[in-house]
Amino acid sequence: MAAPEATTALAPTPRRRWVPRIALSQELVLFLAIVALFVVVGAINPRFVAERNLQSIFLGNAYIAVAAIGMSMVIISGNIDISVGSLIGVLATVSGTLAVAGVPIVLSWVIPVLLSIAFTTTMGAMVAYLRIPSIVVSLGFLSILKGGLIVVTGGAWINALPEGFHLAQMKPFGIPMPIYFMVILTIAAALWMRLSATGRSIYAVGGNAEAARLSGISRERTVVKVFAIHGFFVGIAALLYATQLAIIQSTVPPNLELTIITASVVGGVSILGGTGTVVGSTLAAVLLAAIGSSLIFINVSPYWLRAVQGVLILVTVLADMWRRMRQARGRGR
Amino acid sequence: MSDTTAPRMRLTVTHELVLLIALFVSLAVLSVTAERFMSVGNLLNQGRLMTEVALVALPMTFIIITAGIDLSVGSMFGLSAIMLGVFWHNLGVPLPAAMALAMLVGTAAGFFNGLLITRLRVPPLIMTLATLALYRGLAEGISQARSVRGYPEWFFVLGQGEMFGVPTQLWILVVAIIIFWIVLTRTTFGRSLYAIGHNETAARYSAIKVDRIKLIIYSLSGFMSGLAGVIFVSRVSTTRSDMGTGLELDVIAAVVLGGTSIFGGVGTIAGTVLGFTLIQLLKNGLALTGVKGDATIVVIGTVLILSILITNFLQHRRGGDG
Repeated sequence: MAAPEATTALAPTPRRRWVPRIALSQELVLFLAIVALFVVVGAINPRFVAERNLQSIFLGNAYIAVAAIGMSMVIISGNIDISVGSLIGVLATVSGTLAVAGVPIVLSWVIPVLLSIAFTTTMGAMVAYLRIPSIVVSLGFLSILKGGLIVVTGGAWINALPEGFHLAQMKPFGIPMPIYFMVILTIAAALWMRLSATGRSIYAVGGNAEAARLSGISRERTVVKVFAIHGFFVGIAALLYATQLAIIQSTVPPNLELTIITASVVGGVSILGGTGTVVGSTLAAVLLAAIGSSLIFINVSPYWLRAVQGVLILVTVLADMWRRMRQARGRGR
Repeated sequence: MSDTTAPRMRLTVTHELVLLIALFVSLAVLSVTAERFMSVGNLLNQGRLMTEVALVALPMTFIIITAGIDLSVGSMFGLSAIMLGVFWHNLGVPLPAAMALAMLVGTAAGFFNGLLITRLRVPPLIMTLATLALYRGLAEGISQARSVRGYPEWFFVLGQGEMFGVPTQLWILVVAIIIFWIVLTRTTFGRSLYAIGHNETAARYSAIKVDRIKLIIYSLSGFMSGLAGVIFVSRVSTTRSDMGTGLELDVIAAVVLGGTSIFGGVGTIAGTVLGFTLIQLLKNGLALTGVKGDATIVVIGTVLILSILITNFLQHRRGGDG
């Protein structure tokens, strides 16, 4: 599916198209935006680039980047999962509860990830085989998980977590654990999406389900696989979220699903399906976190944060639409 | 009652019928289990509580029928509420004018959604996701999370008062339901919505002004969110920037529960009315039987998924391709 598109796009004016292609790559734009933000805000207020603040930006938000990897795959396949915030809340609570109950720590890390995969696979199966739109399935599960969590735990906080549970606070070779997870998982997922047959089939199903079917790709099986893999990333994200603080609040972090979807979208994943990369979504998660933190350092009321995020999504989407229109015009007639 | 009609109705099992049965079953069960449930006072009060979601669910039905979606309703609701306070309290605009201006802000917000969706072909899901953040951000930024109180007594008639023994906003809701029902079933505009949802390209070739219709329904969604926001302020006597957070999910749940297909082309106002009524009754009934509020969310989520499953199942059995 990718090959014919590339040739038709390149055929008419190969020389003029090459430069803007590179210049407008979403990943590059995001990367430059991050650099620019750190340079400018750092110049205004050096404390912004102090190690402590950088740590809080990267550590506190690595789990969002990890969750956004799975979310990006789901969106590229033409689906969406709005239950992800609730799921992370539930899994974090499960993990903490197991650890406090005296279960071996490794198990209290692994079990939530397995639960997550089982859960999202079920969701994927409902989307694929029962043909319920993913937005409806995940809306239903959002309510079930969110309500269920508070009913079961009563919103109680989990503290007195055992020694050695706090995975996200560990620093092998002086680098915090969440950074390893964020970087390694992003690279692994990016390579997998690019090189593996399943990875390519996700793009195919999201880009043109009928064409994918005709070329022998099972939409159903691909969707279930995407959701299963998404579950793995959600599980890891929940783990990082659960182990970064001394206390686990057994509630669902507010608006978490929107933050994660925003990272995917700003990272260049088209909600129309079929395009986008996980590198972009990770960069976007970092950018969003850095913007949130920078407001404080340039004396802007944090109450404007959401407005800034909204403008950012809007700008990204408009740039994407503009690019598509230009491409369509250049290709069409 | 449903027993006697069941054999003949089998061929025309609709989502609305499934819902109606569910509604009667829950009414029957709840009236037995919860004593205070089946009283006029309680039911009218439930009507009061569901009005905001209901008012927004009506235009949402239109939008989802065209295969669109509007995630920004909760934020437009909150932004309108905040602007009501800003116009009246900070800028000294007379309250009636401030109410009109607040609804105008909602309409403008919806219009902006519609403009970018139609002119730049931004997918509705993503456009309204962006403005979900943007409008909420504006509400938070403009208000700096300060609340506005001290509205005059007459203003509370809208949200807390009664007319002929029925909550004021319930009258507004009834009128709105009738208007939306007539528009959807009896006008070219309404029928065009189905055409757009079924096949937008075909609708365009049939000389349906697709873009203008979309612009209208997204603006309408903004207007109704603004109206609901003003009513909500009147009901709770204060303005806060986090008002209506998560409203979009309640509204979409009600509409989808009502049988409107998220794929577009299918849906009725009757279904939506049944959808939000059922949700409110479940919430209230379960609360009265001693179930905590959070458990009701679980029930609603389950009902949502089950109702879609049951309808899918029935349609498959009929051999339809729903």
